[in-house]
Amino acid sequence: MKTSPAVFGLIAEFEDPTSLVSAAHQAHDAGYRRMDAYSPFPIEELHEAIGARHTRLPLIVLIGGVCGCIGGFALQYWASTIVYPINVAGKPLNSWPAFIPVTFECTILVAALSAVLGMLALNGLPMPYHPVFNVPRFALASRNRFFLCIEAKDPQFDLESTRRFLETLNPREVTTVAD
Amino acid sequence: MVLTNTADVAIPELAGYQRRLLIGGAVGMIASLAGLFMEPTQFLQSYLMAYMLWLGVTLGCLALGMVHQLSGGGWGVVIRRPIGAATRVLPVMTGLFLPIAFGMFRLYSWTNLDLVAHDEALRHKHLYLNAPFFLARAAFYFLVWNTLTYFLNAWSLEQDTTAEPGLARRMQKLSAAGLLGYGLTITFASFDWLMSLEPHWFSTIYGVLIMGGQALSALAVLIVVLVWLSRRAPLDKIVVAAHFHDLGNLMLAFIMLWAYFSFSQYLIIWSGNLPTEIAWYLHRLQTGWRAVGVTLILFHFVVPFLLLLSRAMKREPRTIVVVAGGILVARLVDLFWLIAPEFHHAGISVSWLDVVLPVSLGAIWLGCFIGQLRGRAILPLHDPGFDEALGRILEKAKAERSAAAH
Repeated sequence: MKTSPAVFGLIAEFEDPTSLVSAAHQAHDAGYRRMDAYSPFPIEELHEAIGARHTRLPLIVLIGGVCGCIGGFALQYWASTIVYPINVAGKPLNSWPAFIPVTFECTILVAALSAVLGMLALNGLPMPYHPVFNVPRFALASRNRFFLCIEAKDPQFDLESTRRFLETLNPREVTTVAD
Repeated sequence: MVLTNTADVAIPELAGYQRRLLIGGAVGMIASLAGLFMEPTQFLQSYLMAYMLWLGVTLGCLALGMVHQLSGGGWGVVIRRPIGAATRVLPVMTGLFLPIAFGMFRLYSWTNLDLVAHDEALRHKHLYLNAPFFLARAAFYFLVWNTLTYFLNAWSLEQDTTAEPGLARRMQKLSAAGLLGYGLTITFASFDWLMSLEPHWFSTIYGVLIMGGQALSALAVLIVVLVWLSRRAPLDKIVVAAHFHDLGNLMLAFIMLWAYFSFSQYLIIWSGNLPTEIAWYLHRLQTGWRAVGVTLILFHFVVPFLLLLSRAMKREPRTIVVVAGGILVARLVDLFWLIAPEFHHAGISVSWLDVVLPVSLGAIWLGCFIGQLRGRAILPLHDPGFDEALGRILEKAKAERSAAAH
């Protein structure tokens, strides 16, 4: 292995989204898995092109929603039948139709909170340091340039051969990213 | 390019389906005429249900089409032509209203003047609920709906041939006014044709409940049609998973909207607990009809809601078509729940006409729909959103086709 431990990966810069998507497809086809793509705006096909796995976020949100639903209903049931049993208009103490709106709101509240917190937990934000920012031109990723970074953690990564591979994808330039 | 052809040329088998559906529908209608002579009230009751389902699909498509004119978006571009074809069935649906107009004296108890004379509440409602005004209102609703359909379709055809950019703006302006008109007319139409079956009862949310139901029925039919179209040329490479995903999300939203409206109506009436308001629920929930209500909660909300939460379910044509078909059946059950208990207070009663009439009317509707679909190109090629929505997919499809040809 020629890879020195101080290298985070290799980053290729592209001038338009189509080249980035096609480069990502080719890198995935060539067997690279540990890579990430950066673009100033969301590109629908890109997610698929880098072979991103299905995220676990929907499951977290679902679990959050179910907890909120049960919790919201349980709170009202406990309050109005056990601790404060008050007869209102002769209706039963467990008047479930009246509990539905709050149950619904609690479902939404906990599901939305799980979505935000789950998203932060899964993507590791806020992240004060990321090696790609060591490349000065990377600032353009939020303007008009598109980047594909193959990380050194990839089992196929080799500083020389991966660089040669990236050069074949017609990038504007390929830069080594220091860790 | 094959896309500029009319659907008739692109998909030749449509003609055969149209003929078979129209013949089948006509046979079913003739068979159900036996019911008209044996039990005329049951026939009219089932006919009203079948008619409201398929009128709902037609008007739901009209409304969704107008929403898409205003909102734009890739989801609508691929279903624009089926939407247009569905709205052009409206003249036929206008004619099919006649049995209800002739049968109103059997359907609506407020047409019985003896009964009205002895009922204080109905005497006051007579100013609105009387036969001539009822018919005049119906004529007005159909005038509004047919006018909207006529102009939107005429301009869309003109856009196909001339590609004149100003037409899109004109369709948008009409759609904005049209949606307002649709909202008002459908509210009063649902009060007249469905809510007045029990003339003492009223619910202000009833109109939007019917409106949401119509959009849902329309979406279910459009998804089934789109899945069918996506299995053959020329749309096989153009309609992609993302389109079904969008339509599935819309269907999920309308299911939740229906549940929200239905439950709001129940919650308010249940909380108020007033004699005139609860009667409607009493003869539904304290008799055998309760089973229909439970079925609706399960199959008009819980099951499709849970299924449509899944992303994979929405993106796979084979699964979403089953969900959409199920929802269409649930829509029929919902209309059954709104109409049938008014005629059979004692308990649940299902007639063979409740099955034969919706199916036959549906076959006739689909036959007319296919007839309208055949006459135009299958995609709105000069729609301003066309390139944005489909440009990349079309390029890809073209490249794949030419690669396959070499």
